[in-house]
Amino acid sequence: MKKLKRVFTYLFLSVAAIVSIFPFLWMLVSMTNKSVDVTAGRLIPGTHFIQNLNNLLDQTQIGTALWNSFLIAVITTVLTLLIGSLAGYGFEIYRSKGKDIVFNILILSMMIPFAAIMIPLYRLFGQISADAPLIGLDTLAAAFLPTIITAFFIFFFRQNTKMFARELVEAGRIDGLSEWGIFFRIYMPTMKTTYAAAAIIAFMNSWNNYLWPLVVLQSPEKQTIPLLISNLGAGYTPDYGVIMTAIVIATLPTALVFFLMQRHFVAGMMGSVKG
Amino acid sequence: MSQASSPTHQRTFAQRLRKNYIGWLFIILSVLGISLFYFYPMVQAFLLSLQSGMGSSLEYVGFDNYVRLFNDPTFITALTNTILYLLIQVPVMIVLALVFSVLLNDPTLKFKGFFRTAIFLPAVTSLVAYAVIFKYLFGNDGLVNDFLLGMNIISSPIAWLSDPFWAKITIIIAITWRWTGYNMIFYLSALQNVDKSMYEAARIDGASAMQQFFFITIPLLKPIILFTSIVSTIGTLQLFDEVMNITSGGPGNSTMTISMYIYNLSFEYTPDFGYAATVSYVILILVVILSFIQFRVAGDRD
Repeated sequence: MKKLKRVFTYLFLSVAAIVSIFPFLWMLVSMTNKSVDVTAGRLIPGTHFIQNLNNLLDQTQIGTALWNSFLIAVITTVLTLLIGSLAGYGFEIYRSKGKDIVFNILILSMMIPFAAIMIPLYRLFGQISADAPLIGLDTLAAAFLPTIITAFFIFFFRQNTKMFARELVEAGRIDGLSEWGIFFRIYMPTMKTTYAAAAIIAFMNSWNNYLWPLVVLQSPEKQTIPLLISNLGAGYTPDYGVIMTAIVIATLPTALVFFLMQRHFVAGMMGSVKG
Repeated sequence: MSQASSPTHQRTFAQRLRKNYIGWLFIILSVLGISLFYFYPMVQAFLLSLQSGMGSSLEYVGFDNYVRLFNDPTFITALTNTILYLLIQVPVMIVLALVFSVLLNDPTLKFKGFFRTAIFLPAVTSLVAYAVIFKYLFGNDGLVNDFLLGMNIISSPIAWLSDPFWAKITIIIAITWRWTGYNMIFYLSALQNVDKSMYEAARIDGASAMQQFFFITIPLLKPIILFTSIVSTIGTLQLFDEVMNITSGGPGNSTMTISMYIYNLSFEYTPDFGYAATVSYVILILVVILSFIQFRVAGDRD
């Protein structure tokens, strides 16, 4: 009886694992096959990879899209971490009644669905387009500006600051550091793991962001990776080998981040719920 | 009194005031940013929802847009679909994630690391990328039909994407594939903090595995289950990327979600920002109501 249960457990988990992994294997295999072979259901690696890659480079602006996505993700990550940690630190270390009220109001914004503010944001960027063409519609800045300040990261950093030893702040003051000096020279280096976890979340969110870039970026040379893949996938005569190659390239950075920093990755997820 | 005016006390008071002031400097950017990019658009969206017209020629029409919602079949379809996804997908996913985490928490289980990583893996893909892959896998002559036909489970291919019923199922399968492992990680780490002696005591008292699951595991995981179900609810209410890239809302409007309808109203059809803003307020109201209910149902003793 007990053995039977064991067998069943392994069977169940194996099926789950196969279902989870299969799409990954399929895209890796299909990347090396001709489009007709992919449609025919070929599941063994082929020799068409270089051809697919060349076609992808010829037919799409994947290089530009990669660069745009990368640029947006890096700027977003740096600014998100800086602004979010400043606020999280400020709310926790300089705690006061007034700030607690402000904090609770800011946290409410986590409930606001993006679709609910998308149109006013689009109109806002439309209005400033004429005066400030560098951050107006169809600019990379417009694609990341509304995403860099979020209540989630303020909350995340405040939660983690609770574990930061306050004595270090006092010690810094005695050593004659300014309040900003304490933040940049003591807090930041001490909280490296928190920053690493936050960086992973911010980078992945940005790299995968779809709806807002879709709304705000129009010209092909401003495309990000998700927009490019979505366009390829919506084509009437899709070249499956080429699309799979693009998808693998798009998935690679986030998969790498996950495998190299698995510990921080999970820590980042958990950091958002720690009491 | 005399102490209050002593120079040292004055200095510390001044210092405190200065520190408090510096504290505000630390948070000012966030306050401004969230006001500009969340609260201001929220107010704007409300004002917009009271206006009607095409493109930028809008005029105030009071609550006409809100009345229009009730007579708009596309809106009602989108709302029904979204709630349907919510009611089926979120519970299925949470139960699956709980089962996986309990099975993987067994210290005697082999290949634990492999199973955990494999089941979590979908969570690292971009929504658009996996949506496109699912669109192909579930195509009429896609691999899913090939497999089911080959195993003699079905005798003719299922129209996963072009039948209104199966298209919804495909969307639900896709979201479940992407997010189950993600939720499982939360439960696993919560389970690791559970005191093992509790289960031992229960076993000694003769509790079955089922009883242990329902009377120990579930109550202990309640806060984290509440958290994940609120996050999943908010996420599902905003469902867009998958539907857009797997079915584009079709066939007909049978997989259309509220977010997609807002997008279409603003950028696909003749732009009607006023009405789109009205629909967007429905999502906001749903998020607030459902979060509140979930707190009431599950979080009553916290």
